[in-house]
Amino acid sequence: MSHAIGTTGTSYLDAPHGLASWLLTKDHKRIAMLYLISITIFFAVGAMFAATIRAELATPQGDLLDSDMYNKIFTLHGVVMIFFFLIPSIPAVLGNFLLPIMCGTKDLAFPRINLLSWYIFIAGAIITLAAVFNGGVDTGWTFYTPYSSIASESSVTVAALGVFVTGFSSILTGLNFIVTVHRMRAPGLTWFRLPLFVWAIYATSLVMILGTPVVAITVLLVAAERALHLGFFDPTRGGDPVLFQHLFWFYSHPAVYIMILPAMGVMSELVAAVSRKQVFGYSFVAFSSLAIAVLGFLVWGHHLFVSSQSIYAGLVFSIITMLVAVPSAVKTFNWTATMYKGSVTWESPTYWVVGFMGLFTIGGLTGLFLATMGLDIHLTDTYFVVAHFHYIMVGGAIMGYLGGMHFWWPKMTGRLYSEAGAKASAILVFVGFNLTFFPQFLLGYMGMPRRYHAYPPEWQVLNVLSSAGASVLAIGYLLPAFYLTYSLIKGAKAPANPWGAKGLEWTIPSPPPTFNFEDDVVVDEPAYNYKPAREVHVG
Amino acid sequence: MDMLYLFIAAISAFFVVLVAALVVIFAVKFRRRHAEDVGADIHGSLVLELTWTFIPFAIAMVMFVWGADLFFRLGRPPADAMDVFVVGKQWMWKVQHPSGVREINEMHVPVGRPIRITLGSEDVLHDYFIPAMRVKMDAVPGKLTTLWFTATTPGTYHLFCAEYCGTKHSGMIGQVIVMPPQAYEAWIAANQPSINLVEAGQRLFEHGQQCSACHKEDGSGRGPSLAGLFGSTVQLADGRTAVADENYLRESIVNPSAKIARGFSSPSIMPTYQGSMSEERLIELVAYLKTLRPSRSE
Ligand code: HEM
Ligand SMILES: [Cu+2]
Repeated sequence: MSHAIGTTGTSYLDAPHGLASWLLTKDHKRIAMLYLISITIFFAVGAMFAATIRAELATPQGDLLDSDMYNKIFTLHGVVMIFFFLIPSIPAVLGNFLLPIMCGTKDLAFPRINLLSWYIFIAGAIITLAAVFNGGVDTGWTFYTPYSSIASESSVTVAALGVFVTGFSSILTGLNFIVTVHRMRAPGLTWFRLPLFVWAIYATSLVMILGTPVVAITVLLVAAERALHLGFFDPTRGGDPVLFQHLFWFYSHPAVYIMILPAMGVMSELVAAVSRKQVFGYSFVAFSSLAIAVLGFLVWGHHLFVSSQSIYAGLVFSIITMLVAVPSAVKTFNWTATMYKGSVTWESPTYWVVGFMGLFTIGGLTGLFLATMGLDIHLTDTYFVVAHFHYIMVGGAIMGYLGGMHFWWPKMTGRLYSEAGAKASAILVFVGFNLTFFPQFLLGYMGMPRRYHAYPPEWQVLNVLSSAGASVLAIGYLLPAFYLTYSLIKGAKAPANPWGAKGLEWTIPSPPPTFNFEDDVVVDEPAYNYKPAREVHVG
Repeated sequence: MDMLYLFIAAISAFFVVLVAALVVIFAVKFRRRHAEDVGADIHGSLVLELTWTFIPFAIAMVMFVWGADLFFRLGRPPADAMDVFVVGKQWMWKVQHPSGVREINEMHVPVGRPIRITLGSEDVLHDYFIPAMRVKMDAVPGKLTTLWFTATTPGTYHLFCAEYCGTKHSGMIGQVIVMPPQAYEAWIAANQPSINLVEAGQRLFEHGQQCSACHKEDGSGRGPSLAGLFGSTVQLADGRTAVADENYLRESIVNPSAKIARGFSSPSIMPTYQGSMSEERLIELVAYLKTLRPSRSE
C-alpha cells in the first residue's frame, strides 16, 4: 500500500483554532466531532429518561410519577434515543470520520452539505426540545394514529415536525456517503478491496435515502391531520387507522437496520483487527449487508400481525422476516470463524467484540420468536418485545458503537486511554445489560404489556432485578465519559497504528492531518492483508 | 403453542451457547503470543458458508410453517363458539353477552367452551390481551375484529390493554373469570336483564332507528331486504362482490354509500349513522341482523 507517513502536516484538531473555525468547518473529521459531542449529550438525556422509567417500575404501583408524566417520559426516551442518538451514532460519527479516509480521499463528495446536515440535525433537535417545553408528547415514539392524530392533547405536531426536519439530515448524509463511495475511491481501491465497514455504511445509506422520505411524509400527515382535520387515519371520516402503521413501519423497520448494519460493519473491522486475520468469507459478509438492507424493506408487516391485517399478508411478512435472519446468522458465523486460527489479542476492543457477539446473538434469536406468527400473537406489545429490541439496538448497536469508539479513539484524538478502564466498562455494560433486559423476556412471556406505568404485584421481583441491572449498566456507560475525557488531557500520545491493524486509516498519523493524505493514494492489495509471519499449517 | 415455544427456545439456547463457546474458545486458544504475530491466511470456505446459510434457512422455515399453522388455527374460530362482544373505550372494556348481560372490565366465561370475541373500539386503538389464554387482538376504531379461545381451567385471569391508548393505558385492565358451566349458567341467570342482545337489536331496528321503514322483509321497501343477508355474497352496484360478514353489516350502517348493493342507486338515500350510534348499539344491531333467516315467502 503506498501512503505517506512522516511529513508532519498539522493535525485536523490543531489546524485553525477558535469556535468559528469549528462551526463553519467543511472538514469531515471536525463534523464527525460535532456529531460526537451532540449525540453524546442526547444519549445522556435519553439515559436519564430511561433511569426515571426504571425507577418508576421498581414498584408495582405508579407512585413516583403520575401516568401522564410516565407516558411522556417513555415517549421522549424512545424519540431521543432513536432519532437523536442511535440513527446518527455510527454513520454520522464514525462514518463521517472514517469513510473518506478508508476510501483514500481528502473529504466527502459534498463537504458543505455535510456541514448542512449537522445544522439540520441540530435544528430538528431544537424543535423537538420545544415540544418538551411545550408540555411534552405522550404518543410513544411510534406516534400511532388515531391516538396521535385526534386524541392526544400533547405537543404531537411540534415533535412530529422535529422528527421530520431531522430526517433531512439522514437523507443528506446518506447521499453524501453514496456519492463518495461511488466516485471518489482511490485508484486501485476496487469494490472488493473496500473495508467491510464501508460496505455496511453504504448499505445503510441506501436504506436512509430510500426510507427516510416515507417517515417524513408520514409524520407530516399526522401533523396535517391534527391541524386541518383531513381524516387520513380517522375512520369517522373514511380514513384508515391501520394505514399509518403500514407507512410508519415501512420506514421504521428498515430504520432498525440503519441502527444495526453500521454496528455490523464495525464488528467486521474489529474482528479482523483483533485476530489479525482476513475476515472469513469477505464477499458473503459484504453481500449479506446488502441482502439485509433490501429484505429489510419487505418485512414491515411483521409489526402488524394482530392489527387486523389479513392473515395472508401476515404469512408473506412472516416468511420474509425469517429470511432476514439468514444473512444475520451468516455474519455471526463468519465473525466467529474469523477468530479461528487467528492471533487474537485481549485488548479493550476485543472485550466489546465478545460482548457484541453475545448480546447480538440473543437479540437476533429472540427475533425468531416474534417472526413466528403463532407466538407473536402472545408476545407482541409485551416486555418481550422491549427486551428484544434493546438487545439489538442497545446490546448490538451500542456495543458496536462503543467498540468502534474505543478502536478508533486513538486515531481520532491522537491519545491513548486507560485500557483497564475500558475493560471494566465493557464488562460492566455486558453484565448490567443482561441483568436489565433478560428479566424482561420473562416478564413479556408472562404477559406484562409494554408502556405500563403500574403492573400486578407478582411481577415485582423481575422488575426490581431489571432496575438494579440498569444501575450497573449506567455505571458502565458513565465510565468511558471519565477515562476518555481524561485521556484527552493526560493520555499518552497515540502512534499511527496502535493495534497493528490493516487499513488506510492506520497509515496516516494520529490524529490525521486536515487533508488526510499527503500524496495521492494508490491501493494495490486486498483489505485485511495480514501476511503470516511464520509458516502456519492451514488445516 | 407452548411446544413451539420450547422448540424455538431450545434452538436459540443451542446457538447462543454454540456461538459464545466458539468465540471464547477461539479467543483463548488462538490468543496472540508475540506482538508481531498475525493470523493464518484463511480467506473463507464456500462449503462451510453454504452450510451455515442453508441450516439457519431450513430451521427458520420449520419455525415459519409451524407458526403459520398455529396462527391459522388461532385465526379461525370453530363454528360452535359462543359469542361475546367487547368494546374498548378510553379506559375500560365493555362486555356484552348474547343473553344481554353486560359487564365492565370483567368477563365471565364457562370452562371448556370455545369463546369467540367480537371486538370494537369507540375511540382509539386498544388491544384485548389475555396472557393466560395466549390471545391478543387489536380493537380498531371503524372495524370489528375477532379472536377466540377455550379456557381449560376455572380461575381468574388477567385481562390487559396491550396497545398504548393514552393516559390511563396501564389502568385499562380487568379480569377474565372462568367458571364451571353450571356456575356460569347460574351467574347469567342471576344477572339476567329483561332483554337480550338480539332483542335489543330488534328493538333498535324496528323502533329506535326506524330501519324497518325501508328494509322490509319481503323486499318491498326502499332498501334491500336484509333477511338471509348475513354470510351471503352480495352483488354490488359497481360490479364487485362482497361477503356480508359482520364488518360489512357494520360498515353498511355507519357508511351506507361505501358499498351499495346492486339495484340501488347512488348516492344512497339511507342516512349515515356515523357518530350517532355507539359501538355497543351497532353490535346489538349486527347481532340482530345475523339472526334474520331468509323470508318465509321463499
Ligand atoms: C440505558 C439503559 C436503558 C434502559 C434501562 C431502558 C429502559 C427502557 C424502558 C423501561 C422502556 C419502556 C418500555 C415500555 O414501557 O414500553 C424503554 C423503552 C424504549 N427504549 Fe429504552 N432503555 C435503555 C436504553 C435505550 C437505548 C440506548 C435506546 C435506543 C438507542 C432505547 C430505546 C427505547 C425505545 C425506542 C423504547 C420504546 C419507547 C416507546 O415505547 O415509545 N432504550 N426503555
Ligand atoms: Cu387501551
